[in-house]
Order: sequence, then C-alpha cells, then structure tokens
Amino acid sequence: MNKLKFIIESAIKNNPTFVLLLGMCPTLGTTSSAMNGMSMGLATLCVLVCSNAVISLLRNVIPDKVRIPAFIVVIASFVTVLQMVMQAYMPSLYETLGIFIPLIVVNCILLGRAEAYASKNGVIDSLCDGLGVGLGFTVSLTVLGALREFLGTGKVFDMVVYNEEYGSLVFVLAPGAFIVLGLLLAVVNNIKAQK
Amino acid sequence: MLAYLSIIITAIFVNNIVFAQFLGICPFLGVSKRISSAVGMGMAVMFVMVIATAVTYLLQMYVLEPYNVTFLQTIVFILVIAALVQVLEIVMKKAMPSLYQALGVFLPLITTNCAVLGVAILVVQKNMTMVEALVYSMSTAVGFTLALVIFAGIREQLSISRVPKCMQGVPIALITAGILAMAFMGFAGIKIG
Repeated sequence: MNKLKFIIESAIKNNPTFVLLLGMCPTLGTTSSAMNGMSMGLATLCVLVCSNAVISLLRNVIPDKVRIPAFIVVIASFVTVLQMVMQAYMPSLYETLGIFIPLIVVNCILLGRAEAYASKNGVIDSLCDGLGVGLGFTVSLTVLGALREFLGTGKVFDMVVYNEEYGSLVFVLAPGAFIVLGLLLAVVNNIKAQK
Repeated sequence: MLAYLSIIITAIFVNNIVFAQFLGICPFLGVSKRISSAVGMGMAVMFVMVIATAVTYLLQMYVLEPYNVTFLQTIVFILVIAALVQVLEIVMKKAMPSLYQALGVFLPLITTNCAVLGVAILVVQKNMTMVEALVYSMSTAVGFTLALVIFAGIREQLSISRVPKCMQGVPIALITAGILAMAFMGFAGIKIG
C-alpha cells in the first residue's frame, strides 16, 4: 500500500511535464494523437524503470567521477534494446515515433532520475520511482495528445466525438503543440496558485 | 549546386529544427531570455553540431557499417558527442581563449541538446553524402540560431509587458512559440530544384 502511495505521489509531485518541465522535445513532438502520446510515454516508462533499477544495483560499483557517462551507457543500452524490440514487433509505431525513440537517450528525465534518485536509493524504491515518474509522463503525454486530437480532428483515441470538418487542423500540426501545452501549463499554474 | 541550396532552405525555413521538428526545445526555452545569450548559444550549437556530425558520420561509414555493428549507433553517438564537447572545451580554452570566453558557459549544456544527436542520426537515416551532411548540419544550426534569436527578441519585449499571473513564464513563452511556429508554417511547400 505504501509503495502504491509512493508511486502516485512521485507521479504527481515529480511530474516531468507539468512540474519539472523536462523532456519537452518528445512531449511536443509525439503528441499529435492520444495514441502516439501514450506510446511514447510507455516507451519512456520502460526505459526509465529498467535504467533506474540497473543504476540502483550498480550504485556502489560506479566510481563517483565517471557516474554520468556510466549512467548514459546504461540508458543508451536500454534504448537500443527498446529500439530493436519495437522494430521487430511494432514496426508501424516505430515509424511514427521515428527519431524520438533513439532520442530517449538525451531525455533529461532519465538522467535526472538516475542522478537524483536511483544512485542514492535501493532497487525496489528506484523501481517504484521510475514507475511513478514514467506514469506521470505517460499520463501527461496522453492528455496532451488527446486534447490535440480532439481539437484538431474531433476524435479521441480514434473514436469520433464530433465531425472532423469542425476541427481545426492547426492543433494537430506543430503550432498546436506549443499552444495547447502552454494553455495546459497555465491551467496547472492556476490550480497551484489557488491551493 | 541547386541540391545544396534546396537542403539549406529546407533546413533553415521549411523544416526548422525547433518549430517543425521539435528538437532542441530545452535550450530554446532555457536560453532565450536575452538576445546576447541566444546568439552565444546558437554559435556554440553550430560549432558542436557541424563537428559532431562530421565525426559521427565518419564513424558510421568506416567503423559501424563495415563491422556490422550498426545497432551500437545510439550508444556510440551519444558517447562520442559527450566526449567531443569535453575535448572541444579543453582545446578552446587553450587555443582560442576569446572564443571560449564567449561560448564557454553554453558548451556543457549542449551535450543534453537533443538537436545535436538528432541531426547526427537523421543524416545517417537520410543516406546523405559527407558534403550534404555537413551542409545540412550547418544550415540546421543556422535555423536553430534564427529561431532562438527571434524568440529571444520577443521575450525581451514580453518581460516588460503585463501578462496574466497564471500565464507568466513558460506558458506565455510556449504560446508565443506556437504563434512563431505558425509564421514558419508559411514556408511550407517551398521547393527548389
């Protein structure tokens, strides 16, 4: 029960998109639809959980001076594994997300969690932390993707809500990503200010 | 010649790295409060991007592909870029102190700039030749600098104007970027050659 609470807390408190403002490139680049956003979030979640666990296991072995390159190698290995798995079993999704899959390596969230949490805590805690932050990232990407899809094409997860003719395509294109995220952040700021 | 011109125009305007490809957003939002630092960051990115692309391209062609280990691409590229930035910093400090003074603070930030790794991977994916790769990376960096400087100019004005409380900071910056991206969409469809 405690672990579950910890996972949910880290998903909200350490939410990469709305609180920490990390990993903006995939956030904006892959959320043209709810499905794409969720897939990118889940891909990042997988790498984050694995890298957090391994870095936590290795935390007493890695010398302090070379820890950043070591973290990067661990993360890059898992990204490569993910790349191969996706290429084999989900080729169409791999095509859609394209360059953003290898770029998970330079996503600040992963290195940030490795440095701030996994390198100081035990395996189970690091796993939960990875799961929480990854879930937070997935949910934010899904929400952003769903909003953009809804405003742009009138669908959510490919289910028609209203006629596509009334949607404004700009929300699916590049400018919409910036504008919808900006408005969402303003809403979050407003909620925070009221508390 | 026309082919190169087409690459240049496409990379700077039509497929602008920030507004159309969503790469390098972190420095784009982080280092765009003042025009002077925007120019510095742009120059540093240009410097690193061209050298990193050249090095990773050669590695891909003469090491990874002949030995059939292209699956190591991601790991090798990120390590090479990280090491390269460190080496560049040391060399510049010694050989070009004035340039180091100007770019110094921005150099370590570039390792986490996904635009550098992104361009290195894109160049390989698109099967470019060496010269094309260099032209592409150079003009992508110019496009990045252009976006950064325009955005910094707007943000300087924005900082002295009245913005609703919940919109201050990042939200209004993102919405401004969205409007700028709309302006850049006007270039879509331009074709040369």
